[in-house]
Amino acid sequence: MPNPYIANTEADRRAMLEAVGARSLDDLFADIPEAQRDPPLRLPPPLSEPELLAELSALAARNRSAGQPDGPYGMACFLGGGAYHHFIPSVVGQILSRGEFSTSYTPYQPEVSQGTLQAAFEFQSLVCELLGMDVANAGMYDGASALAEACLMAAAITGRRRIAVLETAHPHYEAVARTYAAGRGLAVEQVKAESPRLTEEHACLVVQQPNFFGYLEEVEALGQAAHAAGALCVAVAEPVSLGLLRPPGEYGADIAVAEGQPLGIPLSFGGPYLGLFACRQEYVRQMPGRIVGRTRDAEGRTGYVLTLQTREQHIRRERATSNICTSEQLVALAATVYLCAMGKQGLRRVAELCYHKAHYAADRIAGLPGYRLPLEGAFFNEFVVGCPRPVAEVNQELLKEGIVGGLDVSPGADAGLRPGLRGMREPPEHAMLLCVTEMNTREEIDRLVEALSRLGGGR
Amino acid sequence: MTSPAEPDPGATLSFDLSQPGRIACALPELDVPAAPLPPEPALRRDPDGRGLRLPELSQPDLVRYFTRLSQRNYGVDTAFYPLGSCTMKYNPRVHEDIVRLPGFAGLHPHQRETAQGGLALMFDLQRLLAEITGMDAVSLAPAAGAHGELAGILMARAYHQQRGDSQRPDGRPSGRRRVLVPDTAHGTNPATAAMCGYEVVSVASCADGNMDLGALAAALDDSAAALMLTLPNTLGLFDPQILRIAEMVHRAGALLYGDGANLNALLGRVKPGDLGFDVVHLNLHKTFSTPHGGGGPGSGPIAVREPLAPFLPTPVVRRREGEGGYVLAAPERSIGRVGLFHGNFGVMVRAYAYIRTLGAAGLREVSDNAVLNANYVRARLRDAYRLPYDRGCMHEVVFSGSRQKAKGVKTLDIAKRLIDYGFHPPTIYFPLMVDEAMLIEPTETESKETLDAFCDAMLAIAREAEDEPEVVRSAPHRAPLRRLDEATAARKPVLRWRPREELSP
Repeated sequence: MPNPYIANTEADRRAMLEAVGARSLDDLFADIPEAQRDPPLRLPPPLSEPELLAELSALAARNRSAGQPDGPYGMACFLGGGAYHHFIPSVVGQILSRGEFSTSYTPYQPEVSQGTLQAAFEFQSLVCELLGMDVANAGMYDGASALAEACLMAAAITGRRRIAVLETAHPHYEAVARTYAAGRGLAVEQVKAESPRLTEEHACLVVQQPNFFGYLEEVEALGQAAHAAGALCVAVAEPVSLGLLRPPGEYGADIAVAEGQPLGIPLSFGGPYLGLFACRQEYVRQMPGRIVGRTRDAEGRTGYVLTLQTREQHIRRERATSNICTSEQLVALAATVYLCAMGKQGLRRVAELCYHKAHYAADRIAGLPGYRLPLEGAFFNEFVVGCPRPVAEVNQELLKEGIVGGLDVSPGADAGLRPGLRGMREPPEHAMLLCVTEMNTREEIDRLVEALSRLGGGR
Repeated sequence: MTSPAEPDPGATLSFDLSQPGRIACALPELDVPAAPLPPEPALRRDPDGRGLRLPELSQPDLVRYFTRLSQRNYGVDTAFYPLGSCTMKYNPRVHEDIVRLPGFAGLHPHQRETAQGGLALMFDLQRLLAEITGMDAVSLAPAAGAHGELAGILMARAYHQQRGDSQRPDGRPSGRRRVLVPDTAHGTNPATAAMCGYEVVSVASCADGNMDLGALAAALDDSAAALMLTLPNTLGLFDPQILRIAEMVHRAGALLYGDGANLNALLGRVKPGDLGFDVVHLNLHKTFSTPHGGGGPGSGPIAVREPLAPFLPTPVVRRREGEGGYVLAAPERSIGRVGLFHGNFGVMVRAYAYIRTLGAAGLREVSDNAVLNANYVRARLRDAYRLPYDRGCMHEVVFSGSRQKAKGVKTLDIAKRLIDYGFHPPTIYFPLMVDEAMLIEPTETESKETLDAFCDAMLAIAREAEDEPEVVRSAPHRAPLRRLDEATAARKPVLRWRPREELSP
């Protein structure tokens, strides 16, 4: 069968080869060393479109994902830990499917790229409003790489070489910061919220709100502690919570980042996601990534262009603020459409639904024999539950009920609980991080509680 | 009577369309008892009564607003998009249905036992990419090409350190402290090397577009950690000295890094691993046809030879020993995580579907036609525009607008005039060493008719540059906007919306 994505026919190829002055296609590859040319390529045989759909549908069906049909209810998901199952209005996917947006590239020619550019300007504006910051860029790969870039930026601004990360930050965020910091030879260390012990060698203090376990930190005091040491405060926020919670710009953050996935972006097994990145006005020329600015055309009409490009790799090469080029523009468009669809009331409603449902679930689970909430304080929509049995076993049983359970944060797990964390004396042997969003109906939550109750030997 | 105002659609943002009380999505009511809110200091304050200042739109207004924005954009779906170095090929529609299957779209990154279909796809894709590139091991973690470069150069650094290379007190490498980058390289290459603590040394190319081996030899000493090479290079030329270059790099104890941005020229024709590359990154969004999204999402897997496999970024997908199935694993000397989870899975699904649709023969057809199309454009335009490197090209061809510039028409003018003819301009002013450069990459998905129409337009513009240069200099005439004032945008940056009352008069 002919290749559906190639237009040239045999006759076209003959005519073109003649115009080029080549006898055959092989002639065009004569610069490749002969011994290495035309190697065997062992790939599975080609698939027709229906065969492809059938095979990949079968592969997708081997997963058990939120939203997949399952029994009478469909799969329920109580898993969070950095990626969240939220409702995505149909308008988001519909707008993203427009080929004018999805099949364009970096808007180097602004006259034919106003769609991408104006949407990016909207995105920057929305991120500023959400985070309460002065300026934002047009998006980064994800929240964790945005944090890593923020740490490099803080080091460049302060001329200091130590990065302090609060011990309650998401372990993957800290890990990515370490990877990037290694390149520049910066040190990354964990500090405690009660006593961050910052020195004049620290470039920044990284604070995540809500923290990895879902609980709220005393962010204002932590920001003051950073500033008292002459360091910057770098905040990692969660965007849906900002419908309700105080934004980083109001508690002293100098740079604020967030994972944008909750804003209308599918879970999609971890990506593509979106890094939100914003800072105070005075640092705008140290910011990494693309920035869109408003201007006018030769006839005075409003238009948008890539601007402050002398920070970027294609102009500045080894002196650029970052090497980032292709980022997540279409994902940023999803977040833009989502935030416009929700508006101020909608985002607040989603945040409140998450908050109240999570507290309803936590109250009911805390009352079950064998379960407890080991951490004290206010939380948003994630919380830690001490369980009577190993988390893997609990989740196995929950799965039989069509429920994707929580993340294992037992002591010893990746960033599991440890004594002394937020004043906790003795962590439970088995602990899971549960997440509740507006997608979890009361019926689902009750079903989760029932199932946990049976596992705990209750009833 | 006043005349209707000049339309200025760019002046109106969603914020300006906002009216209190509107919403574009019906949300559920609270179906559980409300809990007390956290203490006041943790909550969003409302000092001036504005609350959270997000736009409030009805659904029809929202859809119209973004639909109109899309109509002021240009994609591969609109028409020919020969942006050099970016591989703007057609993106198959069936892939968009596949990534939206609930089993993929709803899969949470912390799932494992219930994510075996997703892990199986990633495992298979690692193997397919290893086969296509002739490398031994692959990590899919990097989110874009430059992200793959970062991972690759951090791996080179870790590799040298493990072999006894030392660090200075400031953490930078002290022994092998330089990375060599040809003068043809993408800007990301030197930017990446600098992010990894390296000094960047530029290596010149010769008049024929190949690397100057004398310059390479002079730069290659025991302070060289790696040479970052794009093949074919950004002039669209395959350097026939590649085996010699690899040998020189290896003899000096350095690594050969391959920037895979131009892999669309080589599929099925040669494997980078067979040419002596130690590390290559791929751009799945380019070579394996996923929508470029106005600047992402991409995916930048990193493929390596066996000695570098232990340093790959976390995670990689492995077969689980004994019981079957797949797990995510950290390679034993991994440089660590480069992203929040396991990479841009949605892009991987599309690339996987593309490779499975085409198979080995189909991929080879891709490169054959991509190279043929570029050479055809080269042949058709060579009399009108200067060819700085007059030899057979690979998947892209670079012209110089120097003849037209002598008449007062710059490459920028030619690019803007192409918009009037209905085409997206090529990459311009890159590579840097070509005066008034125009880098044209047609890709294999374009028909001869399209290439002819584009070449006809380019030839017409060349005539206009002779006969009526002002038409070219003042282009575009038929775009939604005339040329934009980029200087003022950078000098007095306006980077976000502000309500009218906050704007200074």
